[in-house]
Amino acid sequence: MNLRVVDQPKPAAPKDGAAPDDAVQKAAAPDGTQGHKRNPGFPLDLDWVGQVRVNRSALERRAGSIGARRTVKKDYQLAWLLKAITLIDLTTLNSDDTPGRVERLCAKARHPLRQDIVERLGVGDLRILPGAVCVYHAFVKTAVEALDGTGIPVAAVSTAFPHGLAPLDTRLREIEASVKDGAREIDIVIERGMVLTQDWQGLYDQMKAFRAACGEAHIKAILGTGELATQTNVAKASLVCMLAGADFIKTSTGKEKVNATLPTSLAMIRMIRWFHEETGIEIGYKPAGGISSAKTALDYMALMKEELGTHWLEPHLFRFGASSLLTDIERQLEHGLTGHYAADYRMPMV
Amino acid sequence: MNKIAEIFASLDYGPAPESAEQANAWLDAHGRAFGHFINGQWTSPAATIATTNPATGEKLAEISDGNSDDVDRAVAAARAAFGPWSALSGHERGKYLYAIARAVQKHARLFSVLETMDNGKPIRESRDADIPLVARHFYHHAGWAPLIGRSFPGHVPYGVCGQIIPWNFPLLMLAWKVAPALAAGNTVVLKPAEFTSLTALLFAEICERIGLPPGVVNIVTGEGETGAAIVAHPDIDKIAFTGSTEVGKIIRAATAGSGKGLSLELGGKSPYIVFEDADLDSAVEGLVEAIWFNQGQVCCAGSRLLVQESIEEKFLAKVRRRMASLRVGDPLDKAIDIGALVAPVQVERIRDLMKKGVAEGAVVYEPDGAIPAAGCFLKPALVTNVSPASILVSEEIFGPVLVAMSFRTPEEAVALANNTRYGLAATVWSENINLALDIAPRLKAGVVWINGTNQFDAAVGFGGYKESGFGREGGREGLSAYLKPDWEKGLGEAPRGEKSPVASARAANPLDTAPLDRTAKLYIGGKQARPDSGYSRPVTGPAGAVLGEVGEGNRKDIRNAVEAARAAQGWGTMAAHARAQILYFLAENLDYRRAEFAARIKAQTGRDGDGEVGLSIERLFAFAGWADKYDGAVHNPPMRAIAAAMIEPLGVLGIVAPERWPLLGSVALLAPALAMGNTVVLVPSEAAPLSATDLYQVLETSDMPSGVVNIVTGEARAMAKTLAEHDGVDGLWAFGSAELSAMVEKASTGNLKQVWSSRGRDFDLADDARFAGDYWLARATQVKNVWIPYGA
Repeated sequence: MNLRVVDQPKPAAPKDGAAPDDAVQKAAAPDGTQGHKRNPGFPLDLDWVGQVRVNRSALERRAGSIGARRTVKKDYQLAWLLKAITLIDLTTLNSDDTPGRVERLCAKARHPLRQDIVERLGVGDLRILPGAVCVYHAFVKTAVEALDGTGIPVAAVSTAFPHGLAPLDTRLREIEASVKDGAREIDIVIERGMVLTQDWQGLYDQMKAFRAACGEAHIKAILGTGELATQTNVAKASLVCMLAGADFIKTSTGKEKVNATLPTSLAMIRMIRWFHEETGIEIGYKPAGGISSAKTALDYMALMKEELGTHWLEPHLFRFGASSLLTDIERQLEHGLTGHYAADYRMPMV
Repeated sequence: MNKIAEIFASLDYGPAPESAEQANAWLDAHGRAFGHFINGQWTSPAATIATTNPATGEKLAEISDGNSDDVDRAVAAARAAFGPWSALSGHERGKYLYAIARAVQKHARLFSVLETMDNGKPIRESRDADIPLVARHFYHHAGWAPLIGRSFPGHVPYGVCGQIIPWNFPLLMLAWKVAPALAAGNTVVLKPAEFTSLTALLFAEICERIGLPPGVVNIVTGEGETGAAIVAHPDIDKIAFTGSTEVGKIIRAATAGSGKGLSLELGGKSPYIVFEDADLDSAVEGLVEAIWFNQGQVCCAGSRLLVQESIEEKFLAKVRRRMASLRVGDPLDKAIDIGALVAPVQVERIRDLMKKGVAEGAVVYEPDGAIPAAGCFLKPALVTNVSPASILVSEEIFGPVLVAMSFRTPEEAVALANNTRYGLAATVWSENINLALDIAPRLKAGVVWINGTNQFDAAVGFGGYKESGFGREGGREGLSAYLKPDWEKGLGEAPRGEKSPVASARAANPLDTAPLDRTAKLYIGGKQARPDSGYSRPVTGPAGAVLGEVGEGNRKDIRNAVEAARAAQGWGTMAAHARAQILYFLAENLDYRRAEFAARIKAQTGRDGDGEVGLSIERLFAFAGWADKYDGAVHNPPMRAIAAAMIEPLGVLGIVAPERWPLLGSVALLAPALAMGNTVVLVPSEAAPLSATDLYQVLETSDMPSGVVNIVTGEARAMAKTLAEHDGVDGLWAFGSAELSAMVEKASTGNLKQVWSSRGRDFDLADDARFAGDYWLARATQVKNVWIPYGA
């Protein structure tokens, strides 16, 4: 590793005139991001990649105990669940999506909580809005319009989501098109085969090109962890993507057989921690796929708080890729308020 | 700002209390005063002592301090119940154990909460570790009960077992003791620790509810004197103790010569080794489980961190960072990592030790943050700037205190790890399977966890080497501690020596012997050595004629022999096949000199010796055959791991051979000891040592490596004592009188070596069925369980 001096990161030479190294978050960014320094990118450090050691069984034990070691009750649970809403990338990524479907999703994003619940919680002053709305490129414009005035960014999945195997140029153009349509966040997918063949240089180069194509838009690197075979691969791919300039690393497209899991999350967030120790740069984390219960969301939040600190539980550093999660959170909030169990059909549909 | 908005900003955890309501209701229903559970009946509370909640100091209940009358009644009940209980079919006993397991599960939360209130451990641990392991232990042994006849043919239960358990895992230790005892057909008298008796009393109620026959399980509460009464009770057949090494030694001495079976699970100062190629973050998390589990009050706690120097600084920084997020507080809070220590006396003890450590120069790190002002709470601590000479490194602290040292090489890691009088457990972190599996067998510990720590399961044996005790709990090896060969009951008294002890012959003029053509010296380190004493003793034949002289060994010769045997322990890691080849060669060379050996036996005993030589050769063959066949097992814990139960030699074994067989008496014991990889200091038949001294040349011509077999002739009793006392001797087999047995067992407490002794009984070594197999093999070995989780 040759990047250990936090004050003097060696930025990757940006393409296309993007100047990420000093790009401190703009005022329009969500809460808590002031002073956040965007990942400038670093040279590929294969020595560092070679030092990565991950013990799967140990990850599973730690992940398996987090829900038992940490729990929040009563008002604490309510507050944490409200926070969880702000961490959701409210998502629809189906082949049968239509503008109407996306508009409905955006309407829910504007009002993620039933007004009576907001009032009874007494949190009308808090900004309880999802972290972003996440759609296919085709619906970026629809979403941007539907969210106008809310400050909620639109995220687009890109680069031939979910497989990532279209020609590179096609993928780069797709990013540019989404950014042009108003996407402020781009969720790219990596080529899983590059990880399986340990082609770290190839992965790094592609990731860097994606980052450059994003320009000001923040980039989340979807690893497709369910297809990377080992947690060691997950950790190494995480590191390579961070070195190449990822703002976030994200588990899954939601289309793999196995999506976000707590052990995989540990493999990734420990790399985020290490990257931060070495470079001083904070990278965000986004588990996606299969997170549909409030309890699961709280487990993830506890894991983040334990491994990375409370600081990382802010939308610029942590997101859930989810849709039905929001409804379950609403139900749990209502239950917390009333003491009786809630039904999903009484919550406005996502 | 309302409270929710505040928490929204801070994202604190807040309280998450587990209700104590049901546990309090249970205590109230019993008037918060308990008697003993004897013969299925509850005695009235008497001579009560308070049991308190260490987190709050509040008194929970009064328990009775049992006296010797209580113990007498409990033992009588257990004795009366033993006959019918052991006569039940295994299936029937299994059904009771199964019912206990079910009942524990059904009332799991009540057990958990009660355990936490009484002991101070976090509810998360009692709920997720202790109580589920209790149920698992009973289920596992419910399964064993009907299999015992098939799995342990010719074995019977001991009878009445006295069991004394500690306060750190109150109900779990009860389960570890009661489940195998009952499965095997024993009945029990159990004393829980005085700090933590409540769950044992709740357990007694469970036994009542499921209709366990009266007297099968008896619970007598009380303090040390109650335990002493159990240990001393003449009608108890076996003692099983878990607790401190100090008390274990007292029990070893107290039971010496009594013939009681004994298993001891004692203290530890277990090494936790982190190599530079480990998953360091996971190794840090493992440490949390190793030393901050149960406030560090774990006999096998990974309390001695040994970290490779190349990563020391980085690793310790990670440890400190992790310590800062440990939450210390109310153990009934579900999100607490470290609860209360069991009692103020423990807190004081630890503080006192820490003071001494700091005075020696130890540097203590404790994370910031508050702990409850009242109650038995301590912050987690990391101690650096220590060495093996530091008090905090050598002493078992039994608290949330980790001591850290560094090593340079794998060899140094092993040396530091083994540099302790304890040997309970060890942990090795490395992503290199070659390294991890190289280190594990070299650690002198009964349990080795690779890339994990503090894993327990009913199917896997747990127990120590060295001063951490002997005997195993869990697995086949644990069950065998509650069974003994049927034939042992019927052993008669050993015939007295075929002639009077030779010692008296020395009273005659030592020079008054016929001219000798050969003088046997001692055999030490592969060389014939003159005895340190400078004296020789005559050996006479049955008619009193002097046959020759042998060296008069003394304690210095034993010392030298043990040195040689320790230096030769490479024998134990030599391939079993290679050891077998040497034993075969030995047999071959003995056969070559059959006539000469037979004549020597005849000269010493008057008996025709050919049969004995033949038997000796057969026995060498038999154990040469066993060398690569008495092997371990792979256990099946309910997780993605293998637990390899490795069979390891005891180490240096002292053997005091019987008088009766000049040759077979030595060979029948040497053969299994050597086959299993022990090195030996042999004291041959005092009356007829010449067959053993004749073996020198046979050993030399059989490629036996120097120091593997050492032979010291002389007065057996004196040398047995020296061997029993020697801390460098790991095991002792002593043939002799009941008095000799009592003496050696008592003398063995220095290092708690494993002692087998004949207690004056007639062990007929010529009996092939009994002695050519696992009877000696089991006693020549100990089981080490190596946990190897896997997963790419």
